[in-house]
Amino acid sequence: MTDISKDAIAPPRSFLSQDAIQVFYRLLAALLICAVLAVLSDSFLSLGNILNVLRQASLTFFIASGLTLVVLTAGLDLSVGANVALSACIAGTVIHKTGSPALGILTGLACGGIVGLLNGVMVTALRIPSFIATYGMLWVLNGLTYWYMAGETLHGFPAGFRQIGSGYLFGLPIPVYLLLVFLGIGTLFAQRTIWGQEIYAIGANPVAARLSGIPVARRLLLVYAVSGTMAGLASIIFLSRLNSAEADIGESLTLPAIAAVLIGGTSLFGGVGTVFGTFIGALILTLVLNGMNLLSVSANWQPLVTGIIVILAVWLDMKTRRRAQ
Amino acid sequence: MSTAALAIEPTSPAPLLELRGISKEFPGVKALDDVSFAVFPGEVHMLLGENGAGKSSLMKVLCGAYRADAGEFYYKGEPVAINSTADAQKLGIAVIFQEFSLVPHLDIAQNIFLGREPRGRIPGTIDRRKILADARHVLGMIGFEINPSTIVDKLGVAQQQMVEIAKAISQNARILVMDEPTAALSDRETELLFALIARLKADGVSIVYISHRMAEVFALGDRITVLRDGRRIDGVRPADVTPDQLVRMMVGRNVNMTYPRNFSDKPGELLLEIKGLSASTGISDINIEVRRGEIVGLCGLVGSGRSEVARAIFGADPVSSGEILFDGKAMSGEPDLAARRGIALIPESRKSEGLALLRSVSDNLVVSALRKLFPSGLFDQRGAQRTSDGLIRQLRIATPSARQTVGLLSGGNQQKVVIGKWLAAGSKLFIFDEPTRGIDIGAKSEIFALIDRLVAEGAAALMISSEQVEICHVCDRAYVMREGRIAGHLTRSELTEENIVRLGMHHA
Repeated sequence: MTDISKDAIAPPRSFLSQDAIQVFYRLLAALLICAVLAVLSDSFLSLGNILNVLRQASLTFFIASGLTLVVLTAGLDLSVGANVALSACIAGTVIHKTGSPALGILTGLACGGIVGLLNGVMVTALRIPSFIATYGMLWVLNGLTYWYMAGETLHGFPAGFRQIGSGYLFGLPIPVYLLLVFLGIGTLFAQRTIWGQEIYAIGANPVAARLSGIPVARRLLLVYAVSGTMAGLASIIFLSRLNSAEADIGESLTLPAIAAVLIGGTSLFGGVGTVFGTFIGALILTLVLNGMNLLSVSANWQPLVTGIIVILAVWLDMKTRRRAQ
Repeated sequence: MSTAALAIEPTSPAPLLELRGISKEFPGVKALDDVSFAVFPGEVHMLLGENGAGKSSLMKVLCGAYRADAGEFYYKGEPVAINSTADAQKLGIAVIFQEFSLVPHLDIAQNIFLGREPRGRIPGTIDRRKILADARHVLGMIGFEINPSTIVDKLGVAQQQMVEIAKAISQNARILVMDEPTAALSDRETELLFALIARLKADGVSIVYISHRMAEVFALGDRITVLRDGRRIDGVRPADVTPDQLVRMMVGRNVNMTYPRNFSDKPGELLLEIKGLSASTGISDINIEVRRGEIVGLCGLVGSGRSEVARAIFGADPVSSGEILFDGKAMSGEPDLAARRGIALIPESRKSEGLALLRSVSDNLVVSALRKLFPSGLFDQRGAQRTSDGLIRQLRIATPSARQTVGLLSGGNQQKVVIGKWLAAGSKLFIFDEPTRGIDIGAKSEIFALIDRLVAEGAAALMISSEQVEICHVCDRAYVMREGRIAGHLTRSELTEENIVRLGMHHA
């Protein structure tokens, strides 16, 4: 009897978590942008264009998803773009030398992962703030890649390998399948594993997390290694899609990835955000750029618009969260 | 209480500042409900109440940090408005918060006159000589002898507090609001503060003093206002009440002021054994034993190395030599290892070290038990919620739901969450560092009852506390530390406040 009465006064479960609300707003924003573009441009709703948007969003998302985990721990990985370039160039060389795409893919992932692990070592063992450690790593990786490539371009890969970036399966681009797979894995990892929970706890208060018995250093190593490995994965898709590798392919990748994370609602202060939000962030970013192309707006305006969206998204987040508290 | 109306009669004809019918509401909480409050010149007015009773809100209304939803202010009988901190400052109201608002890398003089620096002859410069002279003058007024060009960062807590008071005095403060000013002070420093308060009083400065310590209330107070649940319960003079009566007014129910503890005659098996432990944090040659079923006190002055011992046992700081045996096996490593072996640390500052304030009660309760609750590694929100609901009921944590943000709970309930996360983890040794700091009396006795139950069930506790009364009532025995070493051990029969103080004192 007493148990029943206790249950009766137990508070009702609240319907939506704060995270769910933030993601919902973003989905709404993405749909709104779609609606506007559909009205303004005839070609927006064509299948070809929509698949194109998804494929482009997937490239940003691969890098941004790993980065999301880093940002959840209140860190930042500025080396992702440079990591993509180095991993692509090394993977490309391996494919050229051995003729084996499988070996190339493994090398690319491993290269990305090792770079990420090194970032993790700098952040945990050497206690260098992640912003600075990965910023330094960016330069180191750029230096290595330029030296290694010496101005050369790798070009021409086996047709089977090129399918990864530009092939279709049942009418959908293969990167879109990869996007769905990694969106699922990322979401499960962050929300449904105890490692994910520990990552949120570390971001929310690293001191309390350590004194609660969470192996903070090991989790951070993991997070940076994952971020690096996802950059390695992105490098393979780039390599396959572009059918070439140059030293400078990573330079325009880092800032859009960070933008996707921020537009997606992950807080730079850590502990708040979702991988799914980052997906929506990447989608919004791609939709806007796609829309500007369709409407023949000069590409010179794109950075400005991206900047405004990032600032707007973060500002709205802060406003709604403050109200929620 | 029929005498209440008489007791509130002023000692001098007109109050300096009077608040009438102040209300302040936050979403879901009535922080202040029709509170009236008067401050007379040159009095020490004690403000009492449990955490969440409305003391902080009233203080913030006083200093203009909050705007009251309803109510009137009168200064020397004239109606005034306090809508901003500037308004409050103009009326001579200054607040010394528990967390000081000093700029650590500036010197004392710069801090005192921050934003009001005397101008030098060249525009945009500061007259350094004048600022030092003015600072010296103000410091002299409060009898604080120190070089005003000392960097604030180098000062102890008590000295920083003096600088805060000097700053307030330099702004011609006539009403000084102090929030638990002795919470972080040693006994000697407390005496100095009390002397200063007497001196300010003699100069006609009124002091609104918030305290959780009964002894202070009676030693210092001219009048006492008791708040409960945002309402003013009573205004009394210290001479007219007993501590027990005050406690009853604060909690609205009878609280057992004695400390719940069932002492067991035969101690259990050895759980923790520390041999010759030293660490670079300033502790050396520490030898401690803790048995199952025991609460062992760790006393000494603030800074004597108590927290450092706790952190070393938990693996939070590196150990330079010595041995820690837990359950008969040697232990060395990071806190995650200690936690997995069954050691729990309830740290001194629960907000910065014990909790993720922005996360939910549930998130905080399960964070140390993730591996135990979800051995497959797969986290399940509903399972976490079930465990949390159980702990919330067991510990009587006052929260609307397990999803509530933990930072919104009162201090006592936050502390229960910190303890709860180790209950979920199934810890065997609980190291408490100042478990009752900033916690109201009702929650205190609940927490002691909880510790008693834990050790009765076979766990053990090592308890650091500056409240010697608590140590004496609750502990089976205690170690006293002095300057990083164990100065002595007191058995149950030797455990008195005098003995603790005698062993812990510096012998200059």
